[in-house]
Amino acid sequence: MDKSGKRSVFSGFHRRYKAEWRSSIMNKKQKKLFYRILIAAVLLVVSYLIHALLAPKFPISLIIFLPPYLIAGYDVLLEAAIHIRHGHIFDENFLMCIATIGALVIGEYPEAVFVMVFYQAGELFQSIAVGKSRSSISSLMELCPESATVIRDGKSMIVDPSEVLVGETLSVMAGEKIPIDGIVIEGSSSVDTSALTGESLPRHIEVGDNISGGCINLSSPIKIKTETDYDNSTVAKILELIENAASSKAVTERFITRFARYYTPCVVIGALLLALIPGFITGEFAEWLHRALIFLVISCPCALVISVPLSFFGGIGAAGKRGILVKGSNYLELLSKTDTVVFDKTGTLTMGAFSVTEAVAYQNGNPCSNAQSIDHLYSLTALLEANSNHPIARSIIEAYNKKYNTIPREHADNVTEHAGRGLSAIVNKKRLLVGNAKLMCEYSIAIPEITTEGSVIYTAYDKELLGYFIICDTEKKTSAQAINVLKSMGVKRIVMLTGDREQTAERIAKRLGIDEYHASLLPADKVHIVEKMLNEMPKNKKLAFVGDGINDAPVLARSDLGIAMGALGSDAAIEAADIVLMDDDPLKLTEAIRISKKTNIIVMQNIIFALGIKVIFLAMGAFGIANLWEAVFADVGVAVIAILNAMRTLKAPNK
Amino acid sequence: MKKIFKLENLDCANCAAKMERAIQKLEGVNSATISFMTQKLTLDADEARFDEIVAQADKECSKVDRDCHIVK
Repeated sequence: MDKSGKRSVFSGFHRRYKAEWRSSIMNKKQKKLFYRILIAAVLLVVSYLIHALLAPKFPISLIIFLPPYLIAGYDVLLEAAIHIRHGHIFDENFLMCIATIGALVIGEYPEAVFVMVFYQAGELFQSIAVGKSRSSISSLMELCPESATVIRDGKSMIVDPSEVLVGETLSVMAGEKIPIDGIVIEGSSSVDTSALTGESLPRHIEVGDNISGGCINLSSPIKIKTETDYDNSTVAKILELIENAASSKAVTERFITRFARYYTPCVVIGALLLALIPGFITGEFAEWLHRALIFLVISCPCALVISVPLSFFGGIGAAGKRGILVKGSNYLELLSKTDTVVFDKTGTLTMGAFSVTEAVAYQNGNPCSNAQSIDHLYSLTALLEANSNHPIARSIIEAYNKKYNTIPREHADNVTEHAGRGLSAIVNKKRLLVGNAKLMCEYSIAIPEITTEGSVIYTAYDKELLGYFIICDTEKKTSAQAINVLKSMGVKRIVMLTGDREQTAERIAKRLGIDEYHASLLPADKVHIVEKMLNEMPKNKKLAFVGDGINDAPVLARSDLGIAMGALGSDAAIEAADIVLMDDDPLKLTEAIRISKKTNIIVMQNIIFALGIKVIFLAMGAFGIANLWEAVFADVGVAVIAILNAMRTLKAPNK
Repeated sequence: MKKIFKLENLDCANCAAKMERAIQKLEGVNSATISFMTQKLTLDADEARFDEIVAQADKECSKVDRDCHIVK
């Protein structure tokens, strides 16, 4: 009961969230403010005309400006009063009140109203811009399925995805979204995975294939058997990740909020000193008060404070649309400072799909090609490898299947796994070994030197070599291009790590244009190498490790940035990495770096621009060059420009 | 205990920073982060007094912005 209750709250939450995002372009509150600003602006023009044409005397002159002032700013005055009671003195509302009331006191009526109207217009714009970028991220939420058609007791019924149990059969029509991860049990079709991976090419699926929820079934109806419940499905995990993405903040983001905390009080104190000291010296209080008010008008740090998180948020959103999940603004920031990229070879630069290209049997230490010894080699190797899920082991089993048209019937018992080396077991009281050269060395088995490309798996039984398999893995089509692009982007050091043999590593590294590689590594060695590299690096540069998320969780965690690739359907990888590339194209990494660089440039532009303008106006205000009109125009203008600039991050950069 | 809450009517980035600071200062709070963009509060606080702390955090939020509340 408790559990199902939690589930429906969870999915209800998503739906509520979506609805909210859709309607947030201009909500009720914003509309009300919009009309108030409009009315106030019209009244201001009318009052200004009366003021200019009739030139009424005080207090009539003040009274004609009060209606627009109050219509535009009554809530600002109210908020300020409430905040003073709570002890928040340096509040934007309060500062605006002081600035405008100050202007009214020294008789600058039109300015006072103008400042208030413009300030409110700026606020409205900010709130619309934020709402808009929030809603544009919501297109990511579109992958959330609305309902699922489940087949129970031969009848199909439509239920909420959260009510589907593990192992139930779902029917998915063409054009429908696949609600939950599962295996295809009937029919074949093509699916659009773009919502998850950013990959526009449809994928073909048939009986036995795994399929992730959130994909759209394109061509024909299929039935799938669910493998998880909704809470644990890829879609739910991704949604959760996106929603929580912004909880780890970037250094720049923290810096700006800390800066804002001191900026406002400093400017206000500056304003106070500017009003009092020269005022006493020269006796021209009105003039210096006027200059001090300019300080107050530009004392609000809004433009900065809003544009930085908005930029990072936009960047994360843009990346998400391309199938790149960034788990926090800090990672997006770090990615642009990456100058060392360490790749795991298998499954990252290469397909990770192995096949046996050669099988050589041995007898009495010499190669021999009679069928009997080859059968012996295959059957004993398969005996052990049937216990393993390692891609290499699977490729041997596949070769076995192909050769004998059957699956290995027996499994060895008591199999010991030697991490990064192979497997061993006792069969008929004698030791059976299947693994690489290292494992053979450990058990002092004499092995031939093999120079052909590929990984070599030896099989030995009763201290004698039975033969070896050569297993090849081809590099991905885009690997070389990705390495090239990384280099041109200024990544200085590209390293490939692999548990594979020196010869294989060397050839692949050469073909891909990688200068540095480390071969024959055990999983623990990879951590040591990454740690050593981290120590050698300057502090302001970062190291990214790219792996497929299988077996390399410790390295992912140890690096400055752990990037998991081809993570669709692998929860462990989504969990362990800081950045997740949903499909397995290495070019996605370059795209992620491009988005990160663009985002960071925009953040820097905004900081420099907004601070620069503020400093200039503080100086101009102090020297009496700027007036209130210009100051508020500059302040709101900076905010608008900074926000528009920040929203550029929503659009992913072109290649 | 760590929990994520949604904040309603959080419309100003500087307010979010102020609320974050105020909540961090509450007794029993280990860490608090407010994301202005996603309108989320991530609160890590003393488990025994969690509900009480959430209530206090809610008060701090509405002190900064009258309309802003934690959605429970």
